Amino acid sequence: MRKVYHRIIQIAGNVITVEADDVAYNDLAEVKSARGTSLAQVIRLLDNKVYLQVFAGSRGISTGDEVRFLGYPMRVSSSEDLLGRVFTGGGVPKDNRPAILENLIEIGGPSVNPAKRIIPRNMIRTGIPMIDVFNTLVESQKLPIFSVAGEPYNQLLARIAMQAEVDIIILGGMGLKHDDYLFFRNTLDEHGALSRSVIFMHTASDPVVECLLVPDMALAVAESYALKGKRVLVLLTDMTNFADALKEIAITMEQIPSNRGYPGDLYSQLASRYEKAVDFDGAGSITVLAATTMPGDDVTHPIPDNTGYITEGQFYLRHGRIEPFGSLSRLKQQVNSKTRSDHRTIMDTMIRFYADYKETLEKRSMGFQMSKWDEKLLKYGDLFEARMMDLSVNIPLEDALNLGWKTLAECFDTTEAGIKSDLIKEYWPKAE
Amino acid sequence: MQDSNSGKIVGVNGNMLTVEFDTQVTQNEVAYAILGEDRLKSEVIRVRGNRADLQVYESTAGLKVGDKIEFTDELLSVELGPGLLTQVYDGLQNPLNELAEQSGFFLKRGVYLPALDYEREWAFTPSAKIGDKLNAGDKIGSVPEGIFDHCIMLPFSFRETWTLVDVKAAGSYKIRDVIAVAQNEKGEKRDISMMQEWPVKIPISCYKEKLIPAETLITQQRIIDTFFPVAVGGTFCTPGPFGAGKTVLQHALSRYAEADIVIVAACGERAGEVVEILREFPHLDDPKTGRSLMERSIIICNTSSMPVAAREASVYTAVTLAEYYRQMGLNCLLLADSTSRWAQALREMSGRLEEIPGEEAFPAYLESLIAGFYERAGLVKLNDGRNGSVTIGGAVSPAGGNFEEPVTQATLKVVGAFLGLSRERSDARRFPAIHPLDSWSHYESIVDGKKIESARQLLRRGNEVNQMMKVIGEEGTHIDDFVIYLKSEFLDYVYLQQNTFDEVDGATDKDRQTYVFNKVSRILDTSFKFEGKDEARRYFLELRQMFIDWNYAAFGTDKFKQIENGLEDKIKERSNA
Ligand SMILES: Nc1ncnc2c1ncn2[C@@H]1O[C@H](COP(=O)(O)OP(=O)(O)OP(=O)(O)O)[C@@H](O)[C@H]1O
Ligand SMILES: [Mg+2]
Repeated sequence: MRKVYHRIIQIAGNVITVEADDVAYNDLAEVKSARGTSLAQVIRLLDNKVYLQVFAGSRGISTGDEVRFLGYPMRVSSSEDLLGRVFTGGGVPKDNRPAILENLIEIGGPSVNPAKRIIPRNMIRTGIPMIDVFNTLVESQKLPIFSVAGEPYNQLLARIAMQAEVDIIILGGMGLKHDDYLFFRNTLDEHGALSRSVIFMHTASDPVVECLLVPDMALAVAESYALKGKRVLVLLTDMTNFADALKEIAITMEQIPSNRGYPGDLYSQLASRYEKAVDFDGAGSITVLAATTMPGDDVTHPIPDNTGYITEGQFYLRHGRIEPFGSLSRLKQQVNSKTRSDHRTIMDTMIRFYADYKETLEKRSMGFQMSKWDEKLLKYGDLFEARMMDLSVNIPLEDALNLGWKTLAECFDTTEAGIKSDLIKEYWPKAE
Repeated sequence: MQDSNSGKIVGVNGNMLTVEFDTQVTQNEVAYAILGEDRLKSEVIRVRGNRADLQVYESTAGLKVGDKIEFTDELLSVELGPGLLTQVYDGLQNPLNELAEQSGFFLKRGVYLPALDYEREWAFTPSAKIGDKLNAGDKIGSVPEGIFDHCIMLPFSFRETWTLVDVKAAGSYKIRDVIAVAQNEKGEKRDISMMQEWPVKIPISCYKEKLIPAETLITQQRIIDTFFPVAVGGTFCTPGPFGAGKTVLQHALSRYAEADIVIVAACGERAGEVVEILREFPHLDDPKTGRSLMERSIIICNTSSMPVAAREASVYTAVTLAEYYRQMGLNCLLLADSTSRWAQALREMSGRLEEIPGEEAFPAYLESLIAGFYERAGLVKLNDGRNGSVTIGGAVSPAGGNFEEPVTQATLKVVGAFLGLSRERSDARRFPAIHPLDSWSHYESIVDGKKIESARQLLRRGNEVNQMMKVIGEEGTHIDDFVIYLKSEFLDYVYLQQNTFDEVDGATDKDRQTYVFNKVSRILDTSFKFEGKDEARRYFLELRQMFIDWNYAAFGTDKFKQIENGLEDKIKERSNA
């Protein structure tokens, strides 16, 4: 380790500038100030100027403070001992237990060669009809929950995590309320899952730069387990805080914003994290479930918009329910032809009628007379919401499909259903 | 003192390096940043005084001020020759399968492999003779490459006329073996092998003239071939919000479009989507040839987490390979998903260069770059009189799904067809979600224009009635208007919508399309008598049901005919005629 100290010549936002030679891009430095010691990362080099992003923030740093370069980039342990442990975004233990320094690996590693990926093929069962029937979750999928503050997205994440058959759970918390952190930890504990989990937790009161590290730390650890053949589930919540932290650093670095202040590389930044989701040819898998809160409940806001372009679908959580419109699992067709022969048809047909129901609702709200057909749709819509959309429903896929047929038959006749005749023959409930 | 071809790093900013040099550098030349054992490929993108800015096609982590740069004095180029088909490359033409063999699960930076197999032998048959006078692109001989006759041509970089002074006899050769020698008027002699290199950002222009694309490129997608056709040698774009079905549509085109060669450029999108192609194409048969689809395909794959600068290069790599096969008189289809990611790569670099930004921070020259890219499509008459073509279809991913943004707008100015995907239709699961009222095409449909116009008219009126019904209600709508609405919905369901994932419905060939469209068209023109709206609705639902079953029946089979007879009876049942 080098013992050269450097003087700070500029402090702006959470970025400090020092003059130094022989410093590598992306490497770490240690900044000692009256507030304590923080790590910092090299984010730009120009002539003899080195720009450092200070993990603990620049508050309280003085030009007289000392900076020491460590000569290596950010690393995290990939040891088995991580299981059951809680760390900060910077990798410091948050559970009063010793630090783990074995088997250090660099975070933010290179991408997987697409030739070493396989087509995802395993359904992840959740017992939630809106997911299992309509937007089937698949092992190695990357999928965010789009929601707004106040919705139970963390509860939904936790519920899916507890129900999913995976080997390892890695939780990356960004800007979480302390209560939410405790909720996750307790849920994992109650289900006996803590011992196969690793938590990287950045809470709202922690320095914002540490938030930026959480996904890379979580995903690097996930990758190391997946390479050992494990099926890993990574939960990232709330990715909006991550994107906002990116924006803050971009503004500090005087980058030209592209859209509502967000940097032009927001897409690439998010993608390099989400694309860590993988099903390896000859090793394990990483599934990434995230929460993305939509500022102003606006899906065209740059954060959900860029996210939607990257992930393999999204679940819209609104008014405590997963919305059928906008929600999408793009990998569902990899698995839903193998579940049951009626799966796809039920999925398509029920959604189509629900869309028609929504139109009828609109007509009714404008005071129009309801036709016989409208009456049928109204009945259907109520049943659909109660039997499929209500999050308290917890039934296996097969039961949900049967319930789908039952619902259709209660509302429509076979012609109106618009379903291929051979399926009607096989599944349409026979009149008693 | 540095030697003539090197420089040193003075700045690192993301994937951009600022480099100081003593001698001369060329804009867009390739350079390598030396990091210990690794050589990181990069490209000169700006020169100011004795400093040049380079975009690096790799992660720059670990580079330091003072590290060495080696300039190559060569533009970023691809290798052209037999063996390109079936390959899977990254944006710089690195073969991904070979990389996987060498480096395992991850894309290790600084590893570059030859794009073509230098050891493999090909059966060369000469067609030119000693003494023949040739220009760049003229045929010297050929080798069989899968189902194609791969032409070996006088390299595109040869200027003026050359005389063949030697040609090898028919036999097995490796691609770097000399198979001919040519001499120009100045007496300069050059060896010719079956492989040549070409800089990706420069169009290959060894042809007589560009022709107007006239023939429809059959895609087997009904809404496209019938309503918004694409031409052989034409251009089209498919903008749409996320999840509207751009990629699914491109995959369908890559499977079913009746082109000779298909080049898929996965540019800054999901790796998983490429994997589907990689893993499925080898097992899918091309019904036209009976051979695996892979034999007519090349995949360029620079997905979203792969280096951004290589993403920028990837669309050029792809179009250069398409132009190469075009020179053999083949029809090539290039599908780029998504051109917006390419534009974003330009934006990222422009931002690092601190250029004055245009709208949404895209560079001011975005429009001309987009135009330049689509300009590389076209139907051309080659020197030997044959025709060859490159058709380009680009997906566009507009921010917020709003088409009023720079990339979509710049693209719309230059393409011949606009297949706009709509959120409204994809939410309603009306796939392919191409909007039938907003989209347009300048190319020729496979069915009679008058019939199309009247179908389009009906869709418009159906939409008007639907809007009106939302205001005045169904009860206030006249039965005639109501039937127009039902007919437009019928057309939508049984013809515009198509189930990509169904073996039969997923691809409708030209014969079937014209046949089925005539039937649909007749129904739309028929005047029916109904007692009331409920009855009318019920009738069209039944008709629709039968028609959907018909769509799922293979063309010309007994089942097909049987359903058709039923349909005819059904039409008669209510027809006024
Ligand atoms: N023709 C189709 N038939 C049935 N489902 C479709 C069709 N097209 C799209 N879908 C559904 O929509 C999903 C999203 O489609 P796709 O991946 O093509 O969207 P996209 O426009 O490429 O989105 P992005 O811009 O985010 O890449 C698919 O996974 C599939 O579920
Ligand atoms: Mg796509």
